[in-house]
Amino acid sequence: MNMVDVKEVSKTYKQGKVAVHALAGVSLSIAKGEFCALAGPSGSGKTTLLNLIGGLDTPTQGKIFLDNDEITGLSQSRLASIRLNKIGFIFQSYNIIPVLSARENVEYVMLMQGVPARERSERARAVLDDVGLAGMHDRRPAELSGGQQQRVAVARAIVSNPAIVLADEPTANLDSQTGQGLLEMMARMNEERNVTFIFSTHDRMVMDFAHRIIRLKDGLVAHEQIK
Amino acid sequence: MEILMAWRNVWRNPRRTILTILAIAFACLVLIFMLSVQVGTYEVMINASVKTRTGHIQVIKKGYNKDHKIRQVVSDPESIAKILDQTPHVTAHTFRANAFALLSSDLRTCAGLITGVDPERESKISNIVHTMRKGRFLKPSDTNTAVLGALLAKNLKVNVGDEVVALGSAMDGSVAATVLKVAGIFSSGMDDYDRSAIQIPLPHFQEVFYMENAVHEVVVTCDSLWHVSRVKESLAAALHPKPPAEPTGQDADQGLVCLSWDELTPGLIQSIQMDLGGGLIFYAILLVMVAFSIMNTFVMAVFERTRELGTLLAIGAGPGRLSKMLVLESAFLTLWGITLGILAGCVLTFWFQHTGIPLGGAEGMLKQYGIPGLIRPRLTLATALSGPALVFIITTLTALYPALKVRRLTPVDAMRAV
Repeated sequence: MNMVDVKEVSKTYKQGKVAVHALAGVSLSIAKGEFCALAGPSGSGKTTLLNLIGGLDTPTQGKIFLDNDEITGLSQSRLASIRLNKIGFIFQSYNIIPVLSARENVEYVMLMQGVPARERSERARAVLDDVGLAGMHDRRPAELSGGQQQRVAVARAIVSNPAIVLADEPTANLDSQTGQGLLEMMARMNEERNVTFIFSTHDRMVMDFAHRIIRLKDGLVAHEQIK
Repeated sequence: MEILMAWRNVWRNPRRTILTILAIAFACLVLIFMLSVQVGTYEVMINASVKTRTGHIQVIKKGYNKDHKIRQVVSDPESIAKILDQTPHVTAHTFRANAFALLSSDLRTCAGLITGVDPERESKISNIVHTMRKGRFLKPSDTNTAVLGALLAKNLKVNVGDEVVALGSAMDGSVAATVLKVAGIFSSGMDDYDRSAIQIPLPHFQEVFYMENAVHEVVVTCDSLWHVSRVKESLAAALHPKPPAEPTGQDADQGLVCLSWDELTPGLIQSIQMDLGGGLIFYAILLVMVAFSIMNTFVMAVFERTRELGTLLAIGAGPGRLSKMLVLESAFLTLWGITLGILAGCVLTFWFQHTGIPLGGAEGMLKQYGIPGLIRPRLTLATALSGPALVFIITTLTALYPALKVRRLTPVDAMRAV
């Protein structure tokens, strides 16, 4: 059963008067529970594809299905609801909310989902402990290291049990040791919770962890490797 | 949690937040103080006019205020005085009668307005008694004695102790004539009045002008300007009782009307309205400046957090949630500023309400005319809250701009922002 189906998707940006073809008719499928990496050099279209799968952006052409539901052409509010309930995001530069503590950052997603306060607090504490942040629940982002902040981002991404987690170069700002720890943790989440992970990366270590690598070049799928 | 986030966001940049709060507070303070000073000044102007000329309320024959015909009289003033004695907030009342006459001294002849006044009651109402430049005011025992306006005395070339002959038309159409001895000369500060005014004892006036017990004006003062309308309503109700079920055939109100100071001196109200209009322009400029300052803060707060707002959109926050958070942030800033401004504005105004604001060089001159040499701001609920209410409306409207702008953000574009 496929979690993601991408069919003949193109994306063209306008940079001034110049049209930039970020994706040029990409088709691929990703099954539920996969631990998959989108690899390729800068400008190959990895992040654009990840954004389209996550409903953060809309394709110029083609269709995208998430959990068998087409997400192309949906309104911003409908896409926001899908992102809230089905997708977890991990960004390269962590992107956690600086005015909220680690626990509050994790709780915020559940708050938007309408989870009761007590349950929110319990689940947030449990998932923060799970990602190795026991005793740091009430620290603000400024009081956490880069690796710890990315763990908060992972906790935020998985706390609401999403169908899929999209991670845009999650280790790019981390040292190799911290990056490896994070990847091990995400691999464990993938196994234990059967959460589908899709990474965009050009980090060799991430590719080593991935079960499947989809290489992009010039906006097209150039090569696929299944381990 | 939105409230918590908004609160913490407000204090992300404490210096900017404090400056914005102070700008809002300062605008509120200035508005409260200036409006209170204006109201206080108007009160002084009104009281000066009221004490020299009209009183707060007058009972007169209908139309007398527009056409001073000697036959338009209040024939039974004592019955009105009895009503006034029992009316709350009435501090004093007196009777006046007026007639135009030719006034002649040994050297000159001028037209003048003779007013018959009750010396004892008049001194409780009018400040003429305090503006005597020469001689003395009238006494109850006086008969053919007069006090004159300074400009009239100058035109007639008379001084205290001299005689003035008055020649006019009595109420029955006959010639009214009397010789008056000048007891004093006053200077009310209103040149028009001082150029024509001459006051004599009311009994002598009634005798000379064949008025019997009638007068032209029953003049009333109240304990406060704010109670005038209440007293007027009460007095009007007493003068115009509801008609009985069966007509009695008698004219209960004798055609009397009850007019307040603003109806008696429409020119004063017009000058107050003009001054208020000028003040409103100043306040509008102040509010626009504050609005731009606040908009700058709010717009900056959104621009520098565009990436963060993009993240919130990416993880599923709807645009409405972000708008709500931004509106909450502006509400915190505004409410802090307004609360601080109201407190500071009220304290400052209250202080000057007690100490008064000296008018410098003009103080001595104003005192000569019975006008206090200090301006006291008048702090009322309206002056304390109307300015801050305007600031609240302006800042709320200003904050709506970034709150609405954020609704057009898309997650990808927002997260690309530097």
